[in-house]
Amino acid sequence: MSSIALIGNPNAGKTTLFNALTGSNQHVGNFPGVTVEKKEGLIRGRHNMNLVDLPGIYSLSPYSAEEVVTRDFLIGEKPRAVINIVDATNIERNLYLTVQLMELGAPVVVALNMMDEVRANGDVIDAELLSKELGLPVVPISASLGEGLEELMAQVSALAAQNVPSQALDLCEGPVHTAVHSIAHIVEGAALRHGMTKRYAATKMVEGDGPVRQVLALSAAEEDIIGHIVEAMETSLGTDREAALADMRYLFIEGICKKAVRKSGLNREQHRSARIDNLLTHRIFAIPVFLLVMASVFFLTFGFFGAFLSDGFSFLVDTLTGLLDEGLAALEINSAIHSLIIDGVCAGVGSVLSFLPTIMVLFFFLSILEDSGYMARVAFVMDKLLRKIGLSGRSFVPMLVGFGCSVPAVMATRTLASKRDRAMTILLIPFMSCSAKLPIYATFVAAFFPQNGALVMTCLYLTGMLVAILYGLILSKTGYKGNSVPFVMELPAYRLPSLKTVILHMWEKAKDFLLRAFTIIFLASVLIWLLQSFDSRLMLVSGSSSSLLAALGRLIAPVFAPLGFGDWISSTSLVTGLIAKEAVVSTMAVLTGSGDGLTLSSALQGLYSPLQALTFLCFTLLYMPCVAAMAAIRRETGTRWAVLAMVAQTGIAWVAALLVRLAGSIWL
Amino acid sequence: MTLDQLEPGQSARIAAVGGGGALRRRLLDMGLTPGTAVAVRKVAPLGDPIELTLRGYELSIRKEDARQIELFGAEKEGK
Repeated sequence: MSSIALIGNPNAGKTTLFNALTGSNQHVGNFPGVTVEKKEGLIRGRHNMNLVDLPGIYSLSPYSAEEVVTRDFLIGEKPRAVINIVDATNIERNLYLTVQLMELGAPVVVALNMMDEVRANGDVIDAELLSKELGLPVVPISASLGEGLEELMAQVSALAAQNVPSQALDLCEGPVHTAVHSIAHIVEGAALRHGMTKRYAATKMVEGDGPVRQVLALSAAEEDIIGHIVEAMETSLGTDREAALADMRYLFIEGICKKAVRKSGLNREQHRSARIDNLLTHRIFAIPVFLLVMASVFFLTFGFFGAFLSDGFSFLVDTLTGLLDEGLAALEINSAIHSLIIDGVCAGVGSVLSFLPTIMVLFFFLSILEDSGYMARVAFVMDKLLRKIGLSGRSFVPMLVGFGCSVPAVMATRTLASKRDRAMTILLIPFMSCSAKLPIYATFVAAFFPQNGALVMTCLYLTGMLVAILYGLILSKTGYKGNSVPFVMELPAYRLPSLKTVILHMWEKAKDFLLRAFTIIFLASVLIWLLQSFDSRLMLVSGSSSSLLAALGRLIAPVFAPLGFGDWISSTSLVTGLIAKEAVVSTMAVLTGSGDGLTLSSALQGLYSPLQALTFLCFTLLYMPCVAAMAAIRRETGTRWAVLAMVAQTGIAWVAALLVRLAGSIWL
Repeated sequence: MTLDQLEPGQSARIAAVGGGGALRRRLLDMGLTPGTAVAVRKVAPLGDPIELTLRGYELSIRKEDARQIELFGAEKEGK
């Protein structure tokens, strides 16, 4: 099995090429030790080749986790060939990464993508000349049309078979050249010991690259000499080391492009994008249009269309559960086991599974927005708002999705480039009141505030956002200070997303969710069922009030006493609300013995005063999310972080509810 | 003159990129090297960030970061 790497800039068509080369036999994991996604798949028709999709990056600088992971992979794993996908319509900047791969000495094949667009623009790129100038094989392709892929794979196979390092092409001149070559002699031994070419090690030392310097661990004397060489270079160039090397790479690229690229001056994609942007990033219309787009997505996901799918799916799950129920009854299976399967597993996993259509529909639209290039515009338009709480515009859409459901919202943070922004956004998402809490609000509002329903609802949503803003401010001033990835963001040309990519993306998210539904959520459901069905002597209970769950409710009830709802029914409902937030209402109905909405209303009126109801709503709005969301958060941040986040969030909810109670007892 | 002072529709060449660390490196990597022609295309609806055109593509950066970039030879785009 030989390993082939795929690397390229974001928006260069990397995912499309990966999907075209591997088909659907791919799996997603993480690079060891970091939360950078690693996608792998066997190449179609060449089953001895495993294609590894490296993160989309612009450079091999040592500043972001994605870039460092990529470097380490290329140096440590030594793939037999590296496919470098280059957007031919944006060739200058794309070749910057190519040049760094050359410095690294990686066995590169350049896949010159979007050649169909280049031709349509009337531009000409001489691939043969480009290949000669770069000293690398160059294959013109169109990943979306499937053009040139056979030729590309032929070149990759040839390169993988011959197993000789690519020829070191000299791309530097003048003082940089002198510096790199003098340093190459000094670092040669150390470089070879660590699997680097001497040219790469020397270039990185000239550039002042921290991680490489650490790995090489040169002697003080050697470091000293290198310092002098770099200083001499900087003096004669009149600029510093980092700028000198970036400049040198771009000069080399400009020289090549002058020879091999002829532009007609007309770039249709860019013109079309500029026209679309006239509306989508318009000074006045940008925000209304964005709200309209998101409203449509929400309407389709959570409204009529999504509800239709969701209901259909629930019906399917219910029918299957019903059949299973009858089957178990017919076979006269032990009633406890029967109940475990139906009331525990089927009810728990089933209620979470009903999210599945929502997640798939939402990700269908989100990947269209992402792949078309619109998400970058949203970030551009919204950046200023989010910067105030230390985030960037990129976090806006995941947070918005949180109003629908925290689970896809947390999953959507994958598109954020910075680990810090990702972690912070995930912490804030649960404060966006999700749609599953709506039944709770509706029930309480109907019982206590029928006159001011809309006002109370609006206040709840606003409270969630306000708390998120305050929490964000505190986080950005304390734990998440600094170290943010700079907001330097490409606004790619608008492109029609490929249906295949969108569907594969949707399927990937669905698979991820299903996996969790059948592991952690399965266990949680069984646990809740056990608590619900047995009493402290591990006997099956008949009524719910003597169950372990009720005992647990009574045990933690005093915690809520200061908030004004220290009864066991409230606390038990809050606990079952962890399976799914709707369960708060259904548990209350069961525990108060109310059959329908009206009796529940009067039961609730007997249980709470309006102020207690308001306090309870505030706590419900803010306290820790359901198991599905917790599982998603754990998957993205790790167990320790997830636990901390849950504790912090519940603490915030407690304090906020206490404030509501105090304020209420003063004013009301 | 620095890049944040450039009006939409104006272009200039980069003289130097100031600042340091990850931000400066990112700017250089994205092709904002000395001598490169850069034009401001648009300002975001809320007044920040700005959209640039350089090396045949579009890039958005924040004004406070644009302040680190020294320019020369500013001119109105010839139209």
